[in-house]
Amino acid sequence: MDWIQILNNSASSIISPATLAYALAALGLAVHFGYAGLLNMGIAGFMALGAYGYAIGILTFNLPWWAAALLGLAASAVFALILGIPTLRLRGDYLAIVTIAAAEVLRLLFLTTTFDEVTGSADGLSGYHGSFRASNPIPEGTYGFGPFMYNEIGWWVRILGIIALILAAVTVWRLMSSPWGRVLKGIREDEDAVRALGKNVFSYKLTALVVGGVIAAAGGIVYALPSAVNPGVYVTSLTFFVYTALLLGGAATVFGPLVGSLIFWVLQTVLGNVLPAAVDAGLLPFMSNIQAQTLRFILVGIALMLIVIFRPQGILGNKKELTFVK
Amino acid sequence: MSSDITPPVERPKTTGLHVGEAAPGVAKTDPIIVVDGVRRTFGGLTAVNVDHLEIPRGAITALIGPNGAGKTTLFNLLTGFDRPDAGSWTFDGKSISGMPAFKVARLGQVRTFQLTKALGLLTVLENMKLGAKHQIGERFWQSLFPFFWRRQELEIEDRAVGILKKFKLDAKSEDFAASLSGGQRKLLEMARALMSEPQLVMLDEPMAGVNPALTQSLLEHILDLKDEGMTVLFVEHDMHMVRHIADWVIVMAEGRVVAEGDPITVMRNPAVIDAYLGAHQELDLGVVTGRYEAEDADPTTDALASDTVEVSDIEEEASEESK
Repeated sequence: MDWIQILNNSASSIISPATLAYALAALGLAVHFGYAGLLNMGIAGFMALGAYGYAIGILTFNLPWWAAALLGLAASAVFALILGIPTLRLRGDYLAIVTIAAAEVLRLLFLTTTFDEVTGSADGLSGYHGSFRASNPIPEGTYGFGPFMYNEIGWWVRILGIIALILAAVTVWRLMSSPWGRVLKGIREDEDAVRALGKNVFSYKLTALVVGGVIAAAGGIVYALPSAVNPGVYVTSLTFFVYTALLLGGAATVFGPLVGSLIFWVLQTVLGNVLPAAVDAGLLPFMSNIQAQTLRFILVGIALMLIVIFRPQGILGNKKELTFVK
Repeated sequence: MSSDITPPVERPKTTGLHVGEAAPGVAKTDPIIVVDGVRRTFGGLTAVNVDHLEIPRGAITALIGPNGAGKTTLFNLLTGFDRPDAGSWTFDGKSISGMPAFKVARLGQVRTFQLTKALGLLTVLENMKLGAKHQIGERFWQSLFPFFWRRQELEIEDRAVGILKKFKLDAKSEDFAASLSGGQRKLLEMARALMSEPQLVMLDEPMAGVNPALTQSLLEHILDLKDEGMTVLFVEHDMHMVRHIADWVIVMAEGRVVAEGDPITVMRNPAVIDAYLGAHQELDLGVVTGRYEAEDADPTTDALASDTVEVSDIEEEASEESK
């Protein structure tokens, strides 16, 4: 096994666009699930809207890249409103059912050949990088050190991703340490009690759904920035990967989603490299190379179960919370 | 246990609340809530059917009645947590029928719940601060910039600490509400309600599941509310408590108001005794069912009557009634 290569790949995944995208999506989900108690099972749909909004904005509407990004965020906000207005008055479980279905509906709409000219159906969308790359202030060349060697495009994507992540994290932190966040956490605990204190619970939940949805859409955009938009990415299992990252870090924390996504992707990379290498070296004789690639997703599932059972508050969650988890 | 508790100083009852003879739906000199023709059915069951009811201002009113009498349903209707099939009601002269719960609360009518709703994963202090009204920091855009709300937050915190001290919860202010005992949660819920500076406090079974020592302090707090100019309406099962603190008692049974009046008179009302305690009060069921002899009957019951009545008669009567 080539351990140097494996370590290099793993370290590099720390600031990969995928990690940043997951961190943003998990942060959006933290607003939904961790703080407001909204069981949103359609986070993949919010990410898809961000990514498709961005790509379609450039390809179909000829917008500059930043305006297309705003279009992606706006699409996600509208989606949150459409989902939230009929469902947020109902009990939490219904939101889960509706969001998981709505995310699938969205994905199938993007996949159908009817809108092939706009969405690219099964091929997805690509070749929208012109104005984004033209706006890159970094001169051509390869920069960095050790495992973090990227060309100017790679750095531009990462820098923007990190800026988006910092902005989102500061916003969420500010919101959640304010009285607004206190109301939201109160709603998570018992919305009738908060209603009895004169707070408009529905409006808080709707705002939270929009805020989290917009942040998740930003994750979708960062995911789409370097490469292409592929409808095969925004499937239900993406939702569960984001949940794994979120719960790993701590659902009701600001840095938990970031740490969780980082660990999730580093582990994914390590396993994705080690397992096939182990097969090649004959250490897992009962398995083929392709099976080894799939094994890591099985391990993700097991990890999600273990976290929820043994450490529901996540790595960064408050220790006291564990005692009182319902 | 009970000998440790010093009996509270008897506080004067508020009197002169009603106009004319005390009867269900009697007019009050200064009503804070006026209910007209409120009906709520669940399928075939009429849970609440109140023709007219007035709650006196500045007094402690108890709402009593057997299980299933519709007390909590009436509470839910008045606070906007449930919608009636028919009827209207006013609070402080303003019609609030059909108004959503949070708007009702903003008008100054705050409630607690039968099953205490302490917000477990918030600290006691956060629970308290949540109760305060008109917070700038609870608006979305302002909340992002602490300089808008920091001063108000400090004022709210001062007030919260003051109330917590009064309720002897100040030592717990940094603990999660989930770590409090059942009785302390009741106290916290009441204290949190006070943060909104209400005119009317509605307590749904404030004494349920609270130990005797804490009951005493809860009662004192309820009496304090009246002294501070608030109106209290509470649901309770414990007759002793009701007699001790209520100025006015409303009795419900099967969804209707069956009696009203000051606590002493109301409890002598035969309709109340029948509704609350049921028929055959005088019988000792041990004797009726033949588990022991008439000589061993409970001295407060009618031993002879118990001995002559057959179980089947009572059962027949009960099934007649339920038809």
